[in-house]
Amino acid sequence: MTDLPVSSEKPRRSIVDMIYDPETRGLIFQVLLVVALFALGYEIVTNTIANLKKQNIASGFDFLGRTAGFDIGQRLIDYAPTDSYLRAFWVGLCNTLLVAAIGIVFATIIGFIVGIARLSHNWLISRLALVFVEVVRNMPPLLTLFLFYFAFLKSLPGPKQSIQLPFSSVLNVRGLSLPMPIWQPGSWLIPVALAIGIIASILLGRWANARRIATGQQFPVLWTTLGLIIGLPLLAFLAAGFPVTFDYPVLKGFNYQGGLVILPEFMALLIGLTIYTASFIAEIVRSGIQGVSKGQKEAAAALGFRPGLAMRLVVLPQAMRIVIPPLTNQYLNLTKNSSLAIAIGYPDLVSVFAGTVLNNTNQAIECITITMGVYLVISLVTSFFMNWFNTRMALVER
Amino acid sequence: MTTDAATPEIRPPRLDTGPVGWMKKNLFATPTDSVLTLIGLYLIYVLLGGFIDWAILRATWTGADGKACSWEGAGACWPFIWNKLGLFMNGRYPDAERWRIYLTYALALGGLVPLMVPGVPGKLYLSLYMLLVFPVLAFVLLTGGFFGLPAVDTQLWGGLLITLVVACVGIAASFPLGILLALGRRSKLPIIKWASIGFIEIVRGVPLVTMLFFASVMLPLFLPENVTFDKLLRALIGVALFSAAYLAEVIRGGLQAIPRGQLEAGDALGLSYPQKMGLIVLPQALKLVIPGIVNSFIALFKDTSLVLIIGLFDLLGIVQQSVQSDAKWFSPSTSTTGYFFAGVVFWIFCFGMSRYSASIEKRLGAGDRR
Repeated sequence: MTDLPVSSEKPRRSIVDMIYDPETRGLIFQVLLVVALFALGYEIVTNTIANLKKQNIASGFDFLGRTAGFDIGQRLIDYAPTDSYLRAFWVGLCNTLLVAAIGIVFATIIGFIVGIARLSHNWLISRLALVFVEVVRNMPPLLTLFLFYFAFLKSLPGPKQSIQLPFSSVLNVRGLSLPMPIWQPGSWLIPVALAIGIIASILLGRWANARRIATGQQFPVLWTTLGLIIGLPLLAFLAAGFPVTFDYPVLKGFNYQGGLVILPEFMALLIGLTIYTASFIAEIVRSGIQGVSKGQKEAAAALGFRPGLAMRLVVLPQAMRIVIPPLTNQYLNLTKNSSLAIAIGYPDLVSVFAGTVLNNTNQAIECITITMGVYLVISLVTSFFMNWFNTRMALVER
Repeated sequence: MTTDAATPEIRPPRLDTGPVGWMKKNLFATPTDSVLTLIGLYLIYVLLGGFIDWAILRATWTGADGKACSWEGAGACWPFIWNKLGLFMNGRYPDAERWRIYLTYALALGGLVPLMVPGVPGKLYLSLYMLLVFPVLAFVLLTGGFFGLPAVDTQLWGGLLITLVVACVGIAASFPLGILLALGRRSKLPIIKWASIGFIEIVRGVPLVTMLFFASVMLPLFLPENVTFDKLLRALIGVALFSAAYLAEVIRGGLQAIPRGQLEAGDALGLSYPQKMGLIVLPQALKLVIPGIVNSFIALFKDTSLVLIIGLFDLLGIVQQSVQSDAKWFSPSTSTTGYFFAGVVFWIFCFGMSRYSASIEKRLGAGDRR
């Protein structure tokens, strides 16, 4: 009996076999992609270097330290034309964050009101909400901005014929002037009291929750929290003896001096972004509420909840789970849409940095990269935070 | 005396039926409701009344320049719109050549309308026409320079023409790229997957304005010295890259909805990856996401107005330019009238498309419920 030759090697694979092997093929595709990306990158880099040399444009981030030499109409931090480009960048970034933060708050409030109004039993109210949503969200946000800025705010009367509003505020073509509070010594008590109030109400909320779970007894958390957060600072305000004076806007010569001036650009951008985003939030809230099964509402009614209470304690908390992810998207959209500021001249990040600074220095690559980078970071941080919030709110299945 | 005679039918109280009953139920059910209704009625009175007053009662209907609209308390300045209509629609496209734009619109409608109406036969041929034949025809007609048609520089294009060109080319060009990115993101090959994720997330994380800046000032630096291309094409590249990332996420939603069994069935039949995707998965996935694609298109259509930031004049841009810098038509109400007109045009397009998208959604849903 002769032994059959047993091959100890693996079966030999021809090239054809390898091409038909999905794993090898996947590897080949990936290598090709990497090669293509590197080739593209190499091409871009060499072309860019050649172009920059030819047009005599410096590269690198040295320009950030140079004197900016232009003024910015609205600033939250100190800035003068003698400051550096880097300082101008921070001014622009603060302006973007300011309009985005305020816009998000207002858009959420209006959006929730309109979204709930869409489902009102009152025929007229639900129709009005529908009309608002359908009109606003089917128009470009830029158009809304232009309408508010050029057609309304820019056609207001001049400083001498200003519209007088309550509390010595005036509205004219230069903007809205409000009395500016000036805090006197002793006013440090107020923020301290506010902080104590917030901490106390968080602790109180936990204690009340624990007690409710243990004994089933309710505690009027809402009212005590309101009392702590508003009442404590108010007490501090009284205790410190009204440590505040107001700087009122006064007509001097051709313009109002003093006070807190809100630029028409800021108002237009804020109004435009707010109502545009609110119309989307309204639809999200409506679909979220409708997404909560009807049985929940009926069960709440069977337990004797009044409709308002059922909405607040049963329907809305469940709707929030559906609402939060798209709501995050809308917040990010609002922040990104704030870059429309450049079209009406509000000094936000894009308008200051990708506009003025880019034109002054010609360093397109650095300016655009930094601007894009900032928005990317904002997006990532927001979605990270909202994901964390979302997991906390998510339904814990037993 | 019989007792089985039917008791006389009692009609419902008059106040619970008819218009009065309806109002009682839907407008004045509770005191709060009544207050809300009254506030709503007041709002309608103020807004609608103000609008009618502005647009009709106090409007100027004829006139040759802004002076006609400059009287005390003047409302809308309609002669401005009649006068500028050609400019708003076609920009500075030469008058003698405008028939080419209208012919392009007619060719597009001839393909699109039967494609969108359910039940019209020959959808396959119509799609092929819209995807392969129409773009070539439109390009030849609009740019010219072939077959004796005089060339029209894209610098002269403007108004609604630019809006439609940017939106349509943007969505059409981003479609193949969006499909590739969506497939790439779901791929098992790590490098392809992460390259797709990187592109999608970076583009979705930045505003369109910065993408347009990127396309208009950075892109020219990336190209060899002798290659230059016009502003419109640069804007189109920026818009297409931007919309590809959003479209990729829409399509990914559709891909995720296709059960694994479909792919496994493809494997069992011995189909290759392109065959499985192209013949089994994508046709089903794309059909599912048609409403999402239409919504992306609406978003893109509204976003085209941003091209005015890099110096192209779309509908809004050209209205803005006319109301701000045309001294002849200067009057207090010119700008409001101009924006109102632009708003109405944008609204008709966007609202029409969103209704269409909703109707498909309903139809697709009906198909699933069967």
